Amino acid sequence: MANHAAAQHKGIPWKHVVGFVLSIVLTLFAIWFALETDLSTNIKLLVIFGLAIIQAALQLLMFMHLTENSRTQGFSGRIQIGNILFGFFVAIVIVVGSVWVLSSGHAEKKPTNGEHEMKMDSGSMNHD
Amino acid sequence: MKWDEFFVTGDPLIYGADVSIAITMLGIVFFLTYFKKWKWLWTEWLTTVDHKKIGIMYIISAILMLFRGGVDALLMRTQLAVPEMEFLDSQKYNEIFTTHGTIMIIFMAMPFLIGLINVVVPLQIGARDVAYPYLNAVSFWTFFIGAMLFNISFVIGGSPSAGWTSYMPLASNELSPGPGQNYYLLGLQISGIGTLLTGINFMVTIFKMRAPGMTLFRMPMFTWSALVTMAIIIFAFPILTVALALMTFDRLFGSHFFTLQGEGMDMLWANLFWLWGHPEVYIVILPAFGIFSEIIATFSKKTLFGYKAMVWSMVLIAAYSFLVWVHHFFTMGSGALVNSFFSVTTMLIGVPTGVKIFNWLFTMRKGQIEFSTPMLWSLGFIVNFVIGGVTGVMLAMAAANYQYHNTYFLVAHFHYVLIAGTVFACFAGLVYWYPKMFGHKLNERIGKWVFWLFTIGFNICFFPQYFLGLDGMPRRIYTYSEESGWGPLNMISTVGGFMMGIAFLVLVYNIYYSFRYEPREKTGDAWNGRTLEWSTPSAMPPFYNFAKIPVVKGLDHFWNEKQNKEIKPLTTQDLQKIHMPNNSGVPFVMASFFFVSGFGLVFEWYWMAIIGLIGVLATLVIRSFDYNNGYYVSVEEIKETENITK
Repeated sequence: MANHAAAQHKGIPWKHVVGFVLSIVLTLFAIWFALETDLSTNIKLLVIFGLAIIQAALQLLMFMHLTENSRTQGFSGRIQIGNILFGFFVAIVIVVGSVWVLSSGHAEKKPTNGEHEMKMDSGSMNHD
Repeated sequence: MKWDEFFVTGDPLIYGADVSIAITMLGIVFFLTYFKKWKWLWTEWLTTVDHKKIGIMYIISAILMLFRGGVDALLMRTQLAVPEMEFLDSQKYNEIFTTHGTIMIIFMAMPFLIGLINVVVPLQIGARDVAYPYLNAVSFWTFFIGAMLFNISFVIGGSPSAGWTSYMPLASNELSPGPGQNYYLLGLQISGIGTLLTGINFMVTIFKMRAPGMTLFRMPMFTWSALVTMAIIIFAFPILTVALALMTFDRLFGSHFFTLQGEGMDMLWANLFWLWGHPEVYIVILPAFGIFSEIIATFSKKTLFGYKAMVWSMVLIAAYSFLVWVHHFFTMGSGALVNSFFSVTTMLIGVPTGVKIFNWLFTMRKGQIEFSTPMLWSLGFIVNFVIGGVTGVMLAMAAANYQYHNTYFLVAHFHYVLIAGTVFACFAGLVYWYPKMFGHKLNERIGKWVFWLFTIGFNICFFPQYFLGLDGMPRRIYTYSEESGWGPLNMISTVGGFMMGIAFLVLVYNIYYSFRYEPREKTGDAWNGRTLEWSTPSAMPPFYNFAKIPVVKGLDHFWNEKQNKEIKPLTTQDLQKIHMPNNSGVPFVMASFFFVSGFGLVFEWYWMAIIGLIGVLATLVIRSFDYNNGYYVSVEEIKETENITK
C-alpha cells in the first residue's frame, strides 16, 4: 500500500541539503543585518522582508514540491494549484489584515500624531 | 526553587488531586502488573500505527479530558451558585476557568473529533490505513504528551490563570509570574505539532488513498468535512505556532513582541490568537456537521439532501473562517470601517451554515425516521445549535457587541454552539461508530437517558446565562454581591451544570454496562448504514480493514449495493497479499523527549530542555535511517481472518 519507489532514495538528497544550508545562511544574514548595521529602521525592515520572501520561495522550491506540478498532471496538479492559491490568500489576509486592523481607528498608536494632536489641543486651550 | 514551590501546596483541593493522581497511578501499575499486561500495552497500543487503535486512544484521552474539564466547570458553578461564596479564591478561580477553556477546546473537542476521523475516514474511503501511519502515531503521542504537560500544572508549579485566550499584558511575566503561563505555551505548542501533522496526514490520505471509483463528489459527507477541516488546520495552526513561540520568547528570553515596554504591541497577541482562534472554531464544528450529516441520512433512510450545496457551503466556510477574527475584539477600539467589515463577514458566514441546517431538515422530510440515540443527539443539535447561532448573529453586530462583550451573554452563546454543536456530535459519533470500534452497541435505553439528562441539564445551565449577561454579569468574575440580583439565575445554572455532570456519569456507566451485557454485533452493518465503513464483514474491521478494496460506483455505494443485492461473499480469487506498515515505538519515545524538553522550558531549566531536544533530534535521525518498509499479510492469513473457505 505504501509507495515503494518513494522509500528507495539513493545517495545524498543534495536539493534538500542545499536548501537547508541556504535557509540558515539567509537567516543568519538577516540577524547580522538587523543587529550589526547602522542603516535606518525602514531600510532594515525592507531588507529583512526581502530576505524572508526569498527564503519562503526557496523553501517552496527546495522542500515543498512546488515544481511537481509539471510532472504530475490532472488531479494532483489542480490540488497543488488550489493549495498554493489558498496559501497565498491566507498569507495576504494575515499580513495585510493585521496591519489594517492594528493601525486604523482608535487603536492607532503613532507617537508623532499624538504629539501633533497634543499641540493642537494646547493651542486651542491658549486660544480660549 | 524549593520543593514547596515546585509542588503546589496549602489547598485541600490540591492535596485531594495529589492523592487521587497517586492512587490512579498505583492502580494502573498494579492492574498492568497483576494481569501481566505490560507487554500487551506496549505491542498493541503504545507502538501501534493502526488508524483505528490510534483513533480509540484519541477518544479515550478526550473522554478523560472531558472529565477533567467538566470537574473544572462544576467547581466554577459551585463557586458561583450563591452570592459571596467562599469556596474558591480569586486566583484558584482564574486558574480553573483557564484550564477549563483550554482543556475543553484543545484537549477535548479537537482530539475527540480527530479520534473519530481517525477511526472512520480511512474506512469510509476504502483505504487500509492513512497515508503516513508512522506520522499518525507521532501526531497522537505529541498531542497526548502536550495534554499531560498542561494537566500536571495543577499540582506542580501552578496552573496558568490568564484565560484560555491568554491576552497580553495579563499573560506577561510581570502580571503572571511563575511557571503557570509557560505550561500553557509549551503544552499547546507540543500538542499543536500533532494537530498540524494530522492535518497533513489526512489531507494526503483523502486526496490520494480513496478506493477506485470514489471521486471527490462520491465521498461521504463526514470525509468531506474532514478534508475541509484539515485544510483549515494546515493553514491556521502555523499562526498559533508562531504566536506561541513569540510569547515564549517574551516570557523566557526577554523579547518585546507583545509586552507594554520596548515598543511591543499587546493587541498583536489578541490579533494573532484570533487569526488562529476563529478558524479553530470551524475546526471543531465542521467535523461535527459531517457526523450529523451521516447520522441524519442513515436514520432517515434517505440520501443526504443537497449534497453539493453541503460541500460547497463547507468550502465557503473554510475560506470565510479566515475573514472574521476581529469580531472577538470589536471593543479593542478599531475604526468604524474595520468593525463594519468584520461585522458583515461574520453575518455572511452564517449563511452557508443556515444552508446546511435546511439541508438536514430536508433530508429528514418524508424519510423513515428512526429515533435511535445518535439521531436524538442530531435532532437536539439542530434545535439548540440554532439558538446559539441566532445569538451569534446578535453578537456579530459590532455596535450591539459593546453591550454583550465580556458578559455571560457571550458565555451562553459559545456554550450553545460548542456544546450543542461539537459535544453533541462527539456523543452522537461515539454512539454511532461504537460498534465499529468495540464490536457492540452502547445500550440504547441508557443512552437515551444520557441524552435527555444532558440536553435538559445543558439548557437549564446555559439558557439563564443569556439573561445574566443581559443583566450585566461579566464573565470571569469569581464572586458577586447579593444586591446584583444575579443569585437566583446562577443557582438555576449550577443545578443544570450538575445535571450534565450526572449525564456524563451515566454515559460512563453505559460504557461499562454495554461491555458486560450488550449483544455482540454479528455483521459489520450495525445501523443499516450507507457508507463503506459498514461494509466490512466483521463488526470490527481487521487491521488491514478491507480484504479486497471495494470499487465504488456512486454516492452511498454500500446502500445501493444492498438495495440491488449485489453483495457477494469473498472467494480466494479475490485475495492478494496485503502490504502493511510496521509498528514502531519511536513516536512514543520522541513524544517523551518532547515532554522532558517542554518541562525544562516551563521551569526555565535549560539544561533539561536541551537534553530533551537532543533526544527528539535523535529519534528523528533514527527514523531517517530506518529502511524497514513494512511487511506483507499472506493470502492464507487473510483467508483465516475472514473465514473464507472457497
